[in-house]
Amino acid sequence: MSIAITTQFICFTVLSLVVIIGALGVVLLESIVYSAFLLGGVFMSVAGLYLLLNASFVAAAQVLVYVGAVNVLIIFAIMLVNKKEDLKPINNIKSRRVISTSICLTLLSLLIRVDLTNVWSLSSPQNSIGEESTIRIGEHLFSDYLLPFEVASVLLLMAMIGAIVLARRDVMSKDISTGLPVDQELIEKSSEPLLTNKN
Amino acid sequence: MNLESIPLQAFLIVSSALFCIGIWGLLNSRNAVRVLMSIELMLNAVNINLMTFSSYIDNNLIQGQVFTIFVITVAAAEAAVGLAILLSLYRNRVTVDMESFNLLKW
Repeated sequence: MSIAITTQFICFTVLSLVVIIGALGVVLLESIVYSAFLLGGVFMSVAGLYLLLNASFVAAAQVLVYVGAVNVLIIFAIMLVNKKEDLKPINNIKSRRVISTSICLTLLSLLIRVDLTNVWSLSSPQNSIGEESTIRIGEHLFSDYLLPFEVASVLLLMAMIGAIVLARRDVMSKDISTGLPVDQELIEKSSEPLLTNKN
Repeated sequence: MNLESIPLQAFLIVSSALFCIGIWGLLNSRNAVRVLMSIELMLNAVNINLMTFSSYIDNNLIQGQVFTIFVITVAAAEAAVGLAILLSLYRNRVTVDMESFNLLKW
């Protein structure tokens, strides 16, 4: 990377702050729509971190797949299931929060301790291949990683068919179990839930 | 500062923090869509880790970048199937509250 080191530090600080604060917003904000758009910002900042690490191809793939596909999919899912509902209060939520937060903080301190105390055997950063990385990734994908590459294509096909089968609406005119006529209206309209809550 | 590049530990700390935020969201969200978003955050933290080690330690054979490509592929497939399952659940129970999905409770 030919950028001066000061510029790299400034970029890294800004991107890391956006990643951490955006991720906190994703899990803490009340509105799920704000969370989804903040998630897009986090993905873009992670792509920026990849650019700092000399990986332009992976950064482009991150923007295309995460921001272009996954985030749009999440926003569409929010549009389909976004219904204001009053969540039932659950008992002992305080102790749950305390336990989960302490577990997360313990894990974080453990990870940071490992990061800082371990001695990493770094190679010299001078022999960075830089823009040649795209060529190198292509060579890997078609020589020693050929089997995972082909399996990934089968996995994507299975995911596509599975998503279609799971999300498809029933077009049968009668319910199989009860024999009643099936409601063909939009799912947003109120219909009798098939599985009633046992509580 | 008189360093010649960003230290490796800085990237690792960012990735650790992102992973722990993802775990917190996974444990504490009540909206099922937010659980899926937390899983995406955790996958991104793992990707940052892989990319960092690929750039700092494995500088010539960048195998970490190939792994990141595969992780991105699997994450896309996981998001599609997860959101389809979520739609199917919503059609059956008319809610996205994680506390009301107790079909597998014994």
